[in-house]
Amino acid sequence: MSRKTVVVYLMSGRETPALAAAAVEGGADIVELGFPFSDPLADGPVIRRAAERALAEGMRTQACLDCLARTRELVDVPLVPMTYAALLEAYGWDEFARAAQTAGATSLIVADLPAGDRPELRRIQLVAPTSTDARVRLAAEQTDGWLYLVTLTGTTGARNEVSPALAGLVDRARAVTDRPLYAGFGISTPDHARAAAELADGIVVGSRAIEVAQDGPPALSSYVSSLRAAVDTL
Amino acid sequence: MSSAAGLYGTYGGRYVPETLIPALDELDDGWRAARTDDSFQAELDELGRTFAGRPTPLTRAERFAPGKRLYLKREDLLHTGAHKLNNALGQAVLARRLGKRRIVAETGAGQHGVATATVCARFGLECVVYMGEEDMRRQRPNVERMNLLGAEVRPVDFGTRTLKEATSEAIRDWITNVETTHYLIGSCVGPAPYPEIVRELQSVIGREARAQFVGAEGRVPEVVVACVGGGSNAIGMFVGFFDDPDVRLVGVEAAGAASLGTGHAAVLHGARSSVLSDGDGQITDAHSISAGLDYPGVGPEHAWLRDSGRAEYVGADDDEALVAFRDLTRLEGIIPALEPAHALARARELEEELVLVCLSGRGDKDLAEVLSH
Repeated sequence: MSRKTVVVYLMSGRETPALAAAAVEGGADIVELGFPFSDPLADGPVIRRAAERALAEGMRTQACLDCLARTRELVDVPLVPMTYAALLEAYGWDEFARAAQTAGATSLIVADLPAGDRPELRRIQLVAPTSTDARVRLAAEQTDGWLYLVTLTGTTGARNEVSPALAGLVDRARAVTDRPLYAGFGISTPDHARAAAELADGIVVGSRAIEVAQDGPPALSSYVSSLRAAVDTL
Repeated sequence: MSSAAGLYGTYGGRYVPETLIPALDELDDGWRAARTDDSFQAELDELGRTFAGRPTPLTRAERFAPGKRLYLKREDLLHTGAHKLNNALGQAVLARRLGKRRIVAETGAGQHGVATATVCARFGLECVVYMGEEDMRRQRPNVERMNLLGAEVRPVDFGTRTLKEATSEAIRDWITNVETTHYLIGSCVGPAPYPEIVRELQSVIGREARAQFVGAEGRVPEVVVACVGGGSNAIGMFVGFFDDPDVRLVGVEAAGAASLGTGHAAVLHGARSSVLSDGDGQITDAHSISAGLDYPGVGPEHAWLRDSGRAEYVGADDDEALVAFRDLTRLEGIIPALEPAHALARARELEEELVLVCLSGRGDKDLAEVLSH
């Protein structure tokens, strides 16, 4: 079986370039960079609080773009800003995409801009267990590279086990696309990562990565290594 | 006025996570089916008459506004004490048609929470209401009413601890429980089709008020005034006069929460509208003595009505609202909620003689707040 992809989400901040380098050293293939929004509807408490802290530290759009550029200097894996429509609305939709690309972004994720809206904005699309087959097909057609499978019906954050809804969603997505499928939301431990990667082509960790990142780059590198090792057993 | 895409000019839309899109489609289908079903309207009319107390009267406020012919549309006399019940009843009937047995709602002043708890008690639905801790403090009687009615009130203890965060938490709950749950939004905000649903369910205010005013004065008013937080009582009133181009429509915002007066185009709670926000699109804090107006956003249709010039929006500050609150109480024997007290403050100084004001709710909930000032 081909190597599974490990995606790590980090909130933009002063320490983020070094943290991203540590995540890549630990085996991350892709790093998502959160651009914080004051009212993040898709996020559970860990990422919401991380966004509040980032905003309090002044991580507005330009500071996040600067953070992205500094991260680009340290790592050569794909970097994907993940944010909300409000930031693009204020910055200018096309201008935001261009500025992110100039700063080193590989693509973009907009958590509250569903497939079908603004198709001209190239971005990674999300599908959820509630998505109809028609919407899974639309998202797969419009997505930029891989398709982000939201494993559960809910917000971001660690759960006790991998959502039982993931298997069905993977089957439905495979039926309509050969795009890589990376599963996120609710994945926090190596066991989760292995269980999800048995079904999907890769996994995304966010809330747990942000918690571990508070202990510094070595802790994050070690955590990502444990995920890497778990999915490499497949 | 709205297109199928739920747009009002460039405002509105659906800025929500993918998880909710199928539920919004289902709601949209259910709403369109209900609207064309005579039995739906008949059920709402029956509930309005026998449960809610419709039609509400129109009262002339001669001592409050001497020299004018100023009339109050008495939504304060509706069951539960505010116009919010019109919307809650309609959406509860809709939720039952959709097979949803659990209701989640947000509340600011507590009036929408009480209305939602009331209809859930009436129909035997599970009810969870999110409310900011700051609002729970200043609207204590409504928290107690919701508890009595069997609702679970969940405090929201982060951010502004008011309506903005309560709305975000209600939406997060909906994302998590979307298969069993109907989100009973309280104002004409949120992703499509909510702004349209809430406007239509509140349009009974304007429909009745126009007929009553014509009955009293033999003509339509020169100006119609309503307070605007999210804007549901105002849109329900204004829509009754869209076909009367000479009737001036005036919305009154809290001066410290003037989404239309000082806001910018931004995205909040699933829609693009005029929002208190900074240059980066981050939402900024609103401030008002009135919990129901203490919200940085507003319904997208109001933003469009402002831009098109059909309606105009002005502000009233806390002190002006308090003066109007006391005056209406002493001069007319009607204790208004602090929210419509903002509308009253501006209405009596207008140049026009024939004035219609939406008295959207009663002020019992505000006594502690008013007496402390």
